[in-house]
Amino acid sequence: MQPAHSNTVIEASKLGLTFQTSDGPVRALSDVDLSIGKGEFVSFIGPSGCGKTTFLRVIADLERPTSGSISINGMSPQQAREARAYGYVFQAAALFPWRTIENNVALPLEIMGISRDERKARIKRTLDLVNLSGFEKKYPWQLSGGMQQRASIARALAFDADLLLMDEPFGALDEIVRDHLNEQLLKLWGQTNKTICFVTHSIPEAVYLSTRIVVMSPRPGRVTDVIESTLPRERPLDIRESPEFLAIAARVRDGLRAGHSYDD
Amino acid sequence: MSALKISWQAALALVFCVIAAFTLPLAGAEGSNPFSLGTTFTIFALVGLAALISAMRVTDALAAVILFVGAHGAAWLLLAGIAGNEGAARAPFFLLIAAAWLLAWRCVTVLSALRPKDRAVSTFLRLLIPTVFGAWILILWEAITRGAGIPFVLLPPPSSIGVRLVNSVPVLWADVNQTIFHSVIVGYIIGCGAGFATAILADRVPFLRRGLLPIGNMVSALPIIGVAPILVMWFGFDWHSKAAVVVIMTFFPMLVNTVAGLAASGHMERDLMRTYASGYWTTLLKLRLPAAAPFIFNALKINSTLALIGAIVAEFFGTPVVGMGFRISTEVGRMNIDMVWAEIAVAALAGSVFYGAIALVERAVTFWHPSVRGG
Ligand SMILES: Nc1ncnc2c1ncn2[C@@H]1O[C@H](COP(=O)(O)OP(=O)(O)OP(=O)(O)O)[C@@H](O)[C@H]1O
Ligand SMILES: [Mg+2]
Repeated sequence: MQPAHSNTVIEASKLGLTFQTSDGPVRALSDVDLSIGKGEFVSFIGPSGCGKTTFLRVIADLERPTSGSISINGMSPQQAREARAYGYVFQAAALFPWRTIENNVALPLEIMGISRDERKARIKRTLDLVNLSGFEKKYPWQLSGGMQQRASIARALAFDADLLLMDEPFGALDEIVRDHLNEQLLKLWGQTNKTICFVTHSIPEAVYLSTRIVVMSPRPGRVTDVIESTLPRERPLDIRESPEFLAIAARVRDGLRAGHSYDD
Repeated sequence: MSALKISWQAALALVFCVIAAFTLPLAGAEGSNPFSLGTTFTIFALVGLAALISAMRVTDALAAVILFVGAHGAAWLLLAGIAGNEGAARAPFFLLIAAAWLLAWRCVTVLSALRPKDRAVSTFLRLLIPTVFGAWILILWEAITRGAGIPFVLLPPPSSIGVRLVNSVPVLWADVNQTIFHSVIVGYIIGCGAGFATAILADRVPFLRRGLLPIGNMVSALPIIGVAPILVMWFGFDWHSKAAVVVIMTFFPMLVNTVAGLAASGHMERDLMRTYASGYWTTLLKLRLPAAAPFIFNALKINSTLALIGAIVAEFFGTPVVGMGFRISTEVGRMNIDMVWAEIAVAALAGSVFYGAIALVERAVTFWHPSVRGG
C-alpha cells in the first residue's frame, strides 16, 4: 500500500550505502525501499550492526547514500536539514557539559532564534514531559545516564519539528520510566500528528508504539519485513496483554529470526 | 607502658639534642658574640620539651601547637644568636637546627592528618602547611649561609635579600613597571591574540592549516629567545623590542593549542549542531570554543611563564637603564648579588600572581571539565 504522494514524508528507493573502511567496504545499507507517510509511527528493529542508525543518519543528511535516492518532504536530505525539518535523538545523550539542563534544551531554540519567553515555556513543557522538572539548573554530569538521555529527548521535543528521528532513545532507561515515556510519546504523537522514526531493540516497545514495524537484518543491512500494526491509535498500556498485540509481536519475532538464520 | 608514643622525628630530634649537648659550644671562639648560657639552655629546653610533650597523651591539635612553638622558637633563637658569629657555627648549631626542622616536619605531619569540621579552620590549615614548608626552606638557607659563612657573592642569606628588597622598593617598582606592565603584558596580549586569530583562520582555510601547523609545531619547540638581539635592532632599545620578543614566544604555543582545541569537540556533538542547520560561527561559538577552552587556557598558562622569561632575557641585549633583566645583568657585574636575588624574588612573585590569576579564571570557565570538577 502506497500512501498518496502529497502525504509522503520519507521516500527511499533502492537506497544503498557502502562505507569504505581500511579493511574493505562495509555495506551498511542495500536496496532499501521504504515510504513513510505523514503521521506514521515507524519502528526499526533488527540485530546490532544492521544499519538502523545509518538509515536514520541518511535521512538526517549526516551520511550520504552511495546509491539509490531518498527524499524528505519532497526535498533532498540537505534541503530538509537546512529547513530544520526534523529533530534527532542520538543513541547517546550528547549534552554539552558546560550548559545546565535547561540551557541544553534551549540550545536548538537559541540557534533558531526563538524568543526568550517562548524558550522558557517550551523548556518547562518538555522537561515536565520527561519528568525532569526540578533539575533545570543541574549540569549533565550531575545527572544519571538515564536522566541525561531524558534531557536529550526533551531537547529534541522542544525543537518541535514535524519529523522526529529517535535512535534507541529509551535504551538506557528502567522499565517503569520507559513505560511512562512510551505513553507520553504516544500521547504527544496522537496530539500533534508528528511523523516518528524510532529505532529500538525491544519487540514489545516496537509493537506498542508503532503503526508499522520495519524489520532489518545485517550484512548487508536491508529491510527483510514490514509489518503493519492492526492496533488502534488509542493504546492504553494494558493493550500489551491483548491477543492482537501478542500476535503482532510473534510476527516481529519470526521476522527477526528469519533475518538471523539467513546470517548463519 | 603506652604513655609515651614517640614519633621517629621527635626521637631523632632528642638524639640530636643529646649529641649537641656533648659537643657544645654552639659557636666557636672566633665569633665576636658567643651564645649566652641562658639562650643555649632555652634552645635545648624548647626542642627537648616539645619532642617529649608531643609524645605524651595529648590531643593532636595541642601536640601540633607545642611542636610549632618549640620548632620555630628554637629556630628563631638559633638564627638570632648567629648574628656576629657568621661562619663560626659548630656542629651542635646545625644539629639543633636539624632537630628543630624535624619537629616542624612532625608538626606538619600532625597538621595534615587533622580533619577539622570548621570550614575556616580547614582553609587556614591548607594555607598554613605550605607556609611552614616555605618558611623552612628560608630558615635552612639562612642557617647554612650564615652558620657556615658562605661568601656573600655565592649565596646571600634570605634576610639580607629581604632587607635589600624593602630598601629598594622604588627601583624595583620602576623595573616591574617597565618589564611587566609594558613588555610582558603588551607582548602577551598581542601574541596570544594573534595566535588565537590565526588558529581560527587556519581552521577556516585548510591550506593554511596544512602549511602553518607543522611550522607552528616546530617553531614552538625552538629556543626563540635567540632572536632577541635581532628584534632589539629592529624595534629599538625600549620596551617595544621586548614586547616583540614576547609576541613571537607566545604566538606559536597559542596557535598550536587552539587548533588542537578546535578539533576536540566530539563527533556526535558536531552532528547535533548539523541537525540544527547551525552555521560555522554559531557552531564555533556554542560548541567548539567552549570545548577548546581547556586547551586555550593551557596555552595561556604556558605563555605567562614564557612571556616573563622572554621579557627579562631580552633585556640582557640592550635596554634603557630600567627593567628587571637590565637590573639583573648590571647588578651581577657590580657584585650586588642581593639586588639580583631581590629582582629574582620579585619576578617569582609576579610570575606566580600572573599564573595564579589565569588558573583562577580557568577554574571558573572550565568548571565542567573532568580535570576541574574532579570526576
Ligand atoms: N562511519 C562508519 N564507518 C565505517 N563503518 C560504519 C560507520 N558507521 C557504521 N558503520 C558500519 O555500518 C554497519 C551498520 O551500522 P549501524 O550503526 O547503522 O548499526 P545499528 O543497526 O545502528 O546497530 P546498533 O543496534 O548496535 O546501534 C555496521 O557494520 C558498522 O560497522
Ligand atoms: Mg545504532
